[in-house]
Amino acid sequence: MTVEAPPRGPTPQSGVGGVVESWRRLRRMRYFGLIAGALTIGLAALIPVTAFGSTSKELDVAIYAVTYVMFALGLNIVVGFAGLLDLGYVAFYATGAYTVGWFASDHFSAVNGGQAVNFGAETFLTQGIHLNFLLIVLIAMVISAIAGAIIGFPTLRLRGDYIAIVTLAFGEIATVLARNGADIKIGEYALTGGPTAIAPIDQLKLPFLTAFDSATDIRPYYLVGLGMAVIMLLVSFALRESRLGRAWIAIREDEVAAASMGVPTVRTKLLSYATGAAMGGAAGAFLGFYVPAIGANQFQFFFSILILSMVILGGLGSIWGVVAGAISLAVIDRYLLRETLKPVPEKLGLDFSTTEIQFGVYGFLLVIMMVLRPEGLFPERRRKVEMTQGEGTDETVFEASA
Amino acid sequence: MEASEAVDRPPAGDGPQDDILVADSVSKIFGGLVAVDDVSFVVPRHSIVSIIGPNGAGKTTFFNMLTGLYRPNTGAIAFNGQDITRVRPDKIMAQGLARTFQNIRLFGTMSAVENVQVALHSRTKAGVFRSMVRTPGVIREERESREKAHAVLKYVGLRESVFEDMSRNLSYGDQRRLEVARALVSDPSLLLLDEPTAGMNPQESAQLTDFMQQVREERSLTILLIEHDMKVVMGVSERITVLDHGEKIAEGSPQEVRENERVVEAYLGKQS
Repeated sequence: MTVEAPPRGPTPQSGVGGVVESWRRLRRMRYFGLIAGALTIGLAALIPVTAFGSTSKELDVAIYAVTYVMFALGLNIVVGFAGLLDLGYVAFYATGAYTVGWFASDHFSAVNGGQAVNFGAETFLTQGIHLNFLLIVLIAMVISAIAGAIIGFPTLRLRGDYIAIVTLAFGEIATVLARNGADIKIGEYALTGGPTAIAPIDQLKLPFLTAFDSATDIRPYYLVGLGMAVIMLLVSFALRESRLGRAWIAIREDEVAAASMGVPTVRTKLLSYATGAAMGGAAGAFLGFYVPAIGANQFQFFFSILILSMVILGGLGSIWGVVAGAISLAVIDRYLLRETLKPVPEKLGLDFSTTEIQFGVYGFLLVIMMVLRPEGLFPERRRKVEMTQGEGTDETVFEASA
Repeated sequence: MEASEAVDRPPAGDGPQDDILVADSVSKIFGGLVAVDDVSFVVPRHSIVSIIGPNGAGKTTFFNMLTGLYRPNTGAIAFNGQDITRVRPDKIMAQGLARTFQNIRLFGTMSAVENVQVALHSRTKAGVFRSMVRTPGVIREERESREKAHAVLKYVGLRESVFEDMSRNLSYGDQRRLEVARALVSDPSLLLLDEPTAGMNPQESAQLTDFMQQVREERSLTILLIEHDMKVVMGVSERITVLDHGEKIAEGSPQEVRENERVVEAYLGKQS
């Protein structure tokens, strides 16, 4: 139908027709449902800002929740979409956070003749490099993406469990590097502070706004984290329905067939590692600003498992499922175990802290999930079928190499 | 149906420019097993050529070498005059050599349309950043790729009502059609079909035979197929190559192959 429609029809009829037509066009858009859902969830996501106190424990939990959503969405690209089991995701928390440590503290104390280099940041420190938050996030994403590609590279010719072992090893290398980084000198500077945290970290500052003050009000941190999580959510949806997303899923389903259909498997897998890592790096940078001290003890294998549990709990590959998984585990990890259930052991006459049994709790949760609902809380349509009907070809990858 | 001129000419008279695919003494050894042994082989442009042979003769191994899934231990393969011996499968596919699989290998949990769209990977170019923000160019490319997928699915005779169904839920016949659609969508110049009539009844096989002729004419394709159904092979092929125990034991027109003693032997066993 090719009707010449004036921009604003004078007659009411054409106006209604225009509305109907644009409504139809909107419905036809592939992610109309996504926009509607995001609006609803977005409104719900604003509740913490209004309901909780400006420095309350609940708001702190909410900030961790949005951060975990970012991490989980990033890992979901690798594990959920491309089907590459990654047990070393903590590495990207580390790269992201250390980027903050390097460029938002007095870590590089002697640069510029001992004078602070300030680029869009606000700081009371008189030494070191201080960059704007957005710039640091960008740098963190680039560094993490490179690290992700490096970690992914040795796994390219491997499958399934073997990929998990290699990434696990790399995750451990990252944590060990962080721990011993104080002794690794690049020029005159240590790579990390080792167990001694790099601190203090500048307050988060956005362009055109004054720096936040986490001592009096952490609501701005929540809003920034929420904004970043929403962007990553939209990016996840866009990627899933893209040429690249299809290639990832094709590789997950049948690598040989994917290669035969023209998907360059090496490049495509590396892109998934790099994309997932970049999202993890951004999340790590945000968390680095929020915590705000960057010490080696934060980067433990446990963190990789925690994020992976979120992805599995929510439903591998399902974007909303992963969000739900991240939020629920954030609440369990940061609130139930640390606050609500804290007095329980004592009341039972037992002598342990609830945070000591984290592993047990998550393990138990995962076992329950695998028995009752193996496909996750909100499974992706595809995954559900795979999980319940079983599939998988585990033959050797084609021999021709890159 | 008119046979093309290229086909009627004797193979020996063909110049290299008329052969879309040339395999030159190709061998593949798995451990101690010689799966394909020194096979030389040409496919004239615009022809339909079959490879036949008993089970385990090395037909699929040979196919896998042509498509880059295996590297030959010796020998060279040229496609459209270009060496593809050690080229990656996705690059070979991008050059216009598409295939189907003996045991259907669809991306089971993707829809029929998505399956076909995956095969357009080499024909589209949206990168990671542009996909993230969905630039107008990406949206246009997506729409075009979807339209192309729809067109080719209709062409192979898939009903429109199952376009969005998960491919693993399609009927067997539809899955076969979808595999062909997936191979055709990238506009290949050479189509490799690995036992396309496996599991089909005689009527369906006959339909497929007609379809192959039709596709060849309409899309100016060359078709190379592995096939067990002798009725199909004799009906559709202009040339036949026979493999047994990895060796080429015969080659020629259907009539020649039918009368070849070694072929009869390979299939029926030696007369005692």
